[in-house]
Amino acid sequence: MDQDRHTIVRVIGVKKDFALGKQTVHVLKGVDLEVYAGEYISIMGPSGSGKSTLFNMIGGLDKPTDGKVFIDEVDISQLDAYELAWLRNRKIGYIFQTFNLIPVMTALENVTLPMTFAGMNGDDAMEKGIELLKLVGLGERFQHKPLELSGGQQQRVAIARSLANDPAIILADEPTGNLDLSTGEEIIELCRMLSEERGVTIISATHDYKMLNVSDRVVWIRDGMIDKIQHREDLDISVGGIGGPENGHVPGGEAP
Amino acid sequence: MSKNFSGTRSVPQGEAIQRAISLPWAKSVEISYKSLRVRLFRSMITVGSLVLAVSFLAFVLVNLDVASGILHHGGDNAAALLTLAGYDVDPATHGVAMTAKERWIVILSLLVCTVGIVNAQLMSVTERFSEIGVMKCLGALDSMILRIFLLEAAMQGLLGAGIGALAGFIFSLLAGLVRFGTLSVAYLPWGSVLASMGIAVLAGCGLSLLGVLYPALLAARMRPIKALRAEH
Ligand SMILES: Nc1ncnc2c1ncn2[C@@H]1O[C@H](COP(=O)(O)OP(=O)(O)OP(=O)(O)O)[C@@H](O)[C@H]1O
Ligand SMILES: [Mg+2]
Repeated sequence: MDQDRHTIVRVIGVKKDFALGKQTVHVLKGVDLEVYAGEYISIMGPSGSGKSTLFNMIGGLDKPTDGKVFIDEVDISQLDAYELAWLRNRKIGYIFQTFNLIPVMTALENVTLPMTFAGMNGDDAMEKGIELLKLVGLGERFQHKPLELSGGQQQRVAIARSLANDPAIILADEPTGNLDLSTGEEIIELCRMLSEERGVTIISATHDYKMLNVSDRVVWIRDGMIDKIQHREDLDISVGGIGGPENGHVPGGEAP
Repeated sequence: MSKNFSGTRSVPQGEAIQRAISLPWAKSVEISYKSLRVRLFRSMITVGSLVLAVSFLAFVLVNLDVASGILHHGGDNAAALLTLAGYDVDPATHGVAMTAKERWIVILSLLVCTVGIVNAQLMSVTERFSEIGVMKCLGALDSMILRIFLLEAAMQGLLGAGIGALAGFIFSLLAGLVRFGTLSVAYLPWGSVLASMGIAVLAGCGLSLLGVLYPALLAARMRPIKALRAEH
């Protein structure tokens, strides 16, 4: 079934080195990945395995040392600053572990800022912003500043903001990392709803096993390389086999 | 130039990459103004140092205007009176100039003020690292970040320099009244007083912009990834 779907993200042989003093750390050691439009992908792996680094490459926030990233079949290393800004503005929505709302702006202003960059006029942006805040369940709180909101509420604003210009892709780096269990579940449910109802592609780096249940595929990363990629159907079996994700085991931790 | 996308089978994709990202001036001004208001204390310190430096400059310049007014209308003993009061009077051209010492103090005060502004603006940029990074993730261009910082500096500059010029003018008039009596106000060349205050305001705004240039460039050039990591 995969062959006739549109590949929205194509990662080819991506390597990333960081220079730490005289040493070079090889954080990504050649990652190949294809993500199809409308998919919900979770990138799982231990801390320090390179999830955020890969996430930054896909999002055009950092450049690979080697290899290429294609978004909608366009090599993003070939884009100039203006095109890259446009890509970040219109094609990709970012969600971060630390929410990263702009503290001096209200929830609504945070959500409408990308629309302003995109050239939408003030009234339309306002209307759409309120609509998006309602969608994420923050209908009445749009005049609040981020610090007046709880973590879960801030993350909802961030999700609304990521949707501002109807992006094709949402990149979420540990969106539930700073939230308690039930709030995290609500955020995951929201992501699932967006993926199903809006057809937006979601790529999420996470430690959170609750994410697995809503993912179409799970990409396991270890030491800067893809360990394995599992489809949800395969996951269900192994989750069932182990007895649910709650017991702390890695579902499907053994070789496929 | 735009790059086309292939494969438009499913889901709402297929829009070509464009390069139209904009931030209207009104919105830039609004963002700058809000940022200043949120960090009112910090901005007021910057404005305060501008007020001091500019008021001193305006004070010295208007003093000269007062003196030249007296020189031109005050009769023969005016030159002696002014020399006694410490002015550099040039008998040939009938002009009054700043003494060398005054000139140095003015330049020094402007320099100190600029250094203070650079320092305050650098702090403001560091504090806003992640904010700048987020804006870039949302599609802001370098030029927009630069513009926001320059606008903030221009607003601080106008406010500080405006207040400073006014204060310097008032002090200068008072000083003139004390030293030369009503003579000073009677012969005041209003045109050159206005020009002096204009120079002081311009100098203040110039300093404010000069002081923010390096911090603003630093902020604008910062890569979003760096800005986002800075928080952790
Ligand atoms: N800018 C950098 N300079 C040097 N080393 C870096 C840099 N960014 C990341 N690293 C290193 O790369 C490795 C992977 O980091 P990364 O943030 O991608 O891990 P992660 O999988 O996201 O971990 P976590 O789950 O804790 O967020 C780490 O060892 C980190 O120290
Ligand atoms: Mg990470």
